[in-house]
Amino acid sequence: MSKYKSKALFYEILMYLMLCIIGITTLFPLLWMLATSLKESNADISNLSAVIPQKAHWENYKTVFAETSFLRAFLNSAFVTISVTVGQVFTSSLAAYAFARMKFFGRNQIFLGYLGTLMIPGAVTMIPTFIILRNLGCINSYSALILPSMFSAYGTFMLRQFFLSLPRDLEEAAMIDGCDSWLIYVNVILPLSRNALITLFILTFMGSWKSFMWPLIVSHSTDLYTLPIALAKFKEMFGTQWSLLMAGSVIMILPMLIIFIVGQKFFTKGIALGAVKG
Amino acid sequence: MISKKIIHQNLTAWFYLLPNLSGFLLFSLIPVVFAMTLSFFKWDVFNDPEFVGFQNFRDLLGWTNTDGKLSFNDSDFWKYLYNTIFLMIGIPLNMLASLCVAMLLNRKMRGISFFRTIFYLPTICSGVAVYVLWACLYNPEFGAINKMLGMFGINGPGWLTDYYWAKPSIIMINLWAAMGGTNMLLYLAGLHGISEELYEAANMDGANSFQKFIHITIPMLAPTNFFIFVMSVIAGFQGGFDAAFILTQGGPAGSTTTLSYYIYNHAFGWFNMGYAAAISMILFAIVMCVTVINWCFGGENE
Repeated sequence: MSKYKSKALFYEILMYLMLCIIGITTLFPLLWMLATSLKESNADISNLSAVIPQKAHWENYKTVFAETSFLRAFLNSAFVTISVTVGQVFTSSLAAYAFARMKFFGRNQIFLGYLGTLMIPGAVTMIPTFIILRNLGCINSYSALILPSMFSAYGTFMLRQFFLSLPRDLEEAAMIDGCDSWLIYVNVILPLSRNALITLFILTFMGSWKSFMWPLIVSHSTDLYTLPIALAKFKEMFGTQWSLLMAGSVIMILPMLIIFIVGQKFFTKGIALGAVKG
Repeated sequence: MISKKIIHQNLTAWFYLLPNLSGFLLFSLIPVVFAMTLSFFKWDVFNDPEFVGFQNFRDLLGWTNTDGKLSFNDSDFWKYLYNTIFLMIGIPLNMLASLCVAMLLNRKMRGISFFRTIFYLPTICSGVAVYVLWACLYNPEFGAINKMLGMFGINGPGWLTDYYWAKPSIIMINLWAAMGGTNMLLYLAGLHGISEELYEAANMDGANSFQKFIHITIPMLAPTNFFIFVMSVIAGFQGGFDAAFILTQGGPAGSTTTLSYYIYNHAFGWFNMGYAAAISMILFAIVMCVTVINWCFGGENE
């Protein structure tokens, strides 16, 4: 018995050891980024024995915000991301509600069309979308950054699957109480789908915050740069100012980290949910 | 009476559908048809488009045979297609790493959720910031990686500036970023779904851990494996732009340029809209093939 116990203990220690090794591999680059962002701007970053700075130079962050267009880019990113996310969750949930709960002419055909576009590469729609927006005079404006991302076939599909799994009893009860479809949508469907909505919200938020290629194509003036573009341009211009570059990277990562930590509980569940259903 | 009700039902439904559907039409459906049409034209945006039939596709895919020696009309395209496929070496590596991590996490131990969060962090941070970080780490002179290798007396290569190392370097970043990410969570969900009874029965038969892994875990995870593989291949054909743009600008000597980067260059660098649309159609066809294969073979596993 004791032999069995010591063997189990040995395995447990081995497991923790392996988890720690993977954890360190994962964390080291991120911690290195944080440490470097707090170094003096002309510090020798190659000195590995001094990875952790003796004094934290928080003024690097101030410099990044003050001397580059980062503040503007941060605000742009926040505005674009929040507009895209709210817009996408809202329009997707409306359409998903119609697909899941209503009978109308052409429903299955339209839904099939939605499914069909799920596998179309972004590179295919990118060029025509650019041309359409150009003809509408929207290039180099916030609407070019926001509008094309506000509608998502994926979000509609995911929410429709979720709405279908909801029990109908509550809706029927609400209907007997005289609620119309809008009141049912607001008071029954949305509250019941909190997890799915939050998952879609987080996924869309992250995707939009990181989005690089599309903003690169449609924003030509510095005033419109989102954070990823600003960071890329910053690297092009000041490629050797490592500590400032790393400060910029930390600034870009931080909001995603906060969203993740706040929504983690829903998020990990939602990923599995999306995979099983879709 | 009934028809009035039906009309009302339809109107209500369309009211809910319209915001999404209009965006869907304008930014998904019309662009696809538009792109197909555009691929038969030559257009530089500034002048009128000129219909050229299949010329774009001939320029893209065709070859000439002079004295038994083949020369491709657009050898760059084939090179970048090769690059795109080469980068997919990362897919099996990533699947293996994700599975290992998931199996480590698939037990009731203290602190597991802490580790899961840590492993997921690179996925959260991924994007431009992570590429900028790795540009620093890979720097041949100042980068942490070559300094560490130097401690062991190894002279590290110029990771992103060497023709042969650039692609493996990008694969390594993606491996680091994704081994504890979404695929790992999918594996974890798959492992949760395997009935404990199977393992108990195998224990009765005296199977060891390795046998249990080969004969129970792997077959039971087949649907998960297939799903992850197909999704990764589809994403792989479309990917590689962000990393290459930030880290190497597609170089050195085009060794990290992928198809999506090539489309970007033609469309927005050189304003060959028609040609770019033609490449995107080829990409579309490839992705369609993978999807059809998925339908044909994926159904059996469900």
